[in-house]
Amino acid sequence: MESRSHAGVVESTLPKHQLLDERGAVTEDDLLSPYTQDITVDDLQHLYRSMTKARRVDEEGTSLQRQGQLVLWVPLKGQEAAQIGSTWPTRPTDRLYPSYREHAVAFERGVEPSELMRYFRGHTAGGWDPEKHNLNLYTVVLGSQAPHAVGYAMGTALDRKAAEDAGTPLETEPEAVVAYFGDGASTEGEVHESMVFAASYDAPVLFFIQNNQWAISVPFATQSRVPLATRAAGYGFEGLRVDGNDILAVVAATRYALAKIRRGEGPVLIEAETYRMGAHTTADDPTKYRKREEEDQWGLLDPIERLKEHLRTAHGVADSFFETVAQENDDLARRMRADVLAMTPPEFVDRFEHVYAEPHALVAAERAEYLEYQAGFEDASDVHGTAAEGVGA
Amino acid sequence: MSRLTIAKAITAGLARAMDEDPKVMLMGEDIGSLGGVYRVTEGLKARFGAHRVLDSPLGEAGIVGTAVGLAQRGYRPVCEIQFDGFVFPAFNQITTQVAKLHARSEGRMKMPMTIRIPYGGVIGSVEHHSESPEALFAHTAGLRIITPSNANDAYWMEQQAIACDDPVIIFEPKRRYWLKGEVDESAPPGDPFSASVIREGRDATIVAWGPLVPVALAAANAAAEDGRSVEVVDLRSISPIDIDTITASVRKTGRLVIAHEAPTFGGIGGEIAARVTEQAFYSLEAPVLRVGAFHLPYPPAAVEEHYVPDLDRVLDALDRTFAY
Repeated sequence: MESRSHAGVVESTLPKHQLLDERGAVTEDDLLSPYTQDITVDDLQHLYRSMTKARRVDEEGTSLQRQGQLVLWVPLKGQEAAQIGSTWPTRPTDRLYPSYREHAVAFERGVEPSELMRYFRGHTAGGWDPEKHNLNLYTVVLGSQAPHAVGYAMGTALDRKAAEDAGTPLETEPEAVVAYFGDGASTEGEVHESMVFAASYDAPVLFFIQNNQWAISVPFATQSRVPLATRAAGYGFEGLRVDGNDILAVVAATRYALAKIRRGEGPVLIEAETYRMGAHTTADDPTKYRKREEEDQWGLLDPIERLKEHLRTAHGVADSFFETVAQENDDLARRMRADVLAMTPPEFVDRFEHVYAEPHALVAAERAEYLEYQAGFEDASDVHGTAAEGVGA
Repeated sequence: MSRLTIAKAITAGLARAMDEDPKVMLMGEDIGSLGGVYRVTEGLKARFGAHRVLDSPLGEAGIVGTAVGLAQRGYRPVCEIQFDGFVFPAFNQITTQVAKLHARSEGRMKMPMTIRIPYGGVIGSVEHHSESPEALFAHTAGLRIITPSNANDAYWMEQQAIACDDPVIIFEPKRRYWLKGEVDESAPPGDPFSASVIREGRDATIVAWGPLVPVALAAANAAAEDGRSVEVVDLRSISPIDIDTITASVRKTGRLVIAHEAPTFGGIGGEIAARVTEQAFYSLEAPVLRVGAFHLPYPPAAVEEHYVPDLDRVLDALDRTFAY
């Protein structure tokens, strides 16, 4: 059956919040404007740096993949405002649960680009220390991380209750948890269950949806008749629609949501309406399913260009700033490339180490069998499985 | 020492684990006020509070999925899946997340979760209430799977599963929930991931687990009347399998019958048969025989006794192995 080819079949009364218009000029929003009053030019320049850094790394990722140095790359181009705008307002104590395109989230949380590249070079299924960055690992089965975020959020509330019951209430501000997923994953049943659980247990969690309009080749209209933010009402909590290419609106909406969540009035859902300007992954070919005109139209809404224009016109930031940032990003990309090329390939035998946390007879026996088999070869360097060259099998 | 049913032994084991570790919490459908559809968690909500015994919304993926997050936060969640056939909405979480997070995180993220699943048939119920899906989980690395057959094991295995830093699925033999036995609260019976020779014999070995252990014992008793000495091994752990205990028995008896409620095809019996053949080939006097269910969906209750192996089917297999 042919699905609808355009969104908005059912008109939504939910307003789409915006604080920077398409030309980078400030617009007023009754709900969200108060949440940006303290943002300084330094802050905006930080946001610009973070967004452009993510885009530069993204370009380098595609390039490395094309040169056979990564097994896959997942471009984020176009979603920088949604990602940086939602991460920057969080506190280090707020746990974040990404899907697998949230590179800008990871960088903003201090993950080194080369650490993340270990994943895409086929060297690890993880890549960073989740506790160090308070950032869960990428989750590839879509939507599966949503209940994890809710459970973690439930745990933070249980911790506070236990402390209160013990007569030693925590003096720190309540933590919030952010679950990232997209318009495609919003269809997954686990996302629905997550929202039910979050509502039932008042979990301090923000469901942050990046609606990038495409689930690989399937348009948003096939996932939903209505903006996803409207679904929150069905679960009994607030949903906000924001212009996801407007960094200020995303920051403000996230601040608003986190404050509400910390007051114990969560959960909250934010739908950031944005666009995946590139391919789904380096294995994808968007020319097969979407029109160039659509890409061009969204190209005019580029979130980085919008912030750049705002910095120039509203704050008089000079060209030298943008040139310096571009140079820094190029240097970073160069260092990252060098790090990627210098990576030591993993040893297959190490895969036996962490299947279980406690000793396991079968894994131990199979590891020994593998090593014995390997030892039967005269020249171990000829053996498959040691990933002696390239990115491995 | 106490004389308890398996169900009450589980209740006592859960309560002791909750007493000893404030991070242990229970989650599941109807487990709080009702005490679970089998009353296994009866009284625990009143004793430990609604925040430690969660009457969850009706969503198995939600139960297991939120338990992942709770485990990441430092809790030791114990999830109850109401019936074996209802676990599949959570199959994704169990196999793609619970089983893999420790490996994915290169050992940084432990997943100390217990998933309790009442399993098995011959309870006279409707579709999806009588299945034995252990093989579907055993195929996934990262999970541990155990199944008690008596009250003492039930009491201790719950606690051992909860204390384990790996995810453990406990398949509870629901038709034996009311089987009474002695529980020795003073010390655990040893490694939960090991098999146990529960009846010694010389002429043949039966390996069984969970609800079929009493059937295997009855078969050994019946065979004794015919002058056959049959050893019975309670597998106890389905993943990992304690193959050494089984092969030691087979080296002694030379004959092996494996009995399980799950369908024979693709079942755990095949894995045991293959390993015994590899490791004790020259000790075998007969092919390893399997007794299991047919390659059919679990049938309606009126005819289920033809589907699940019973005493006669096990005795028939013993006759066949002795005929070689």
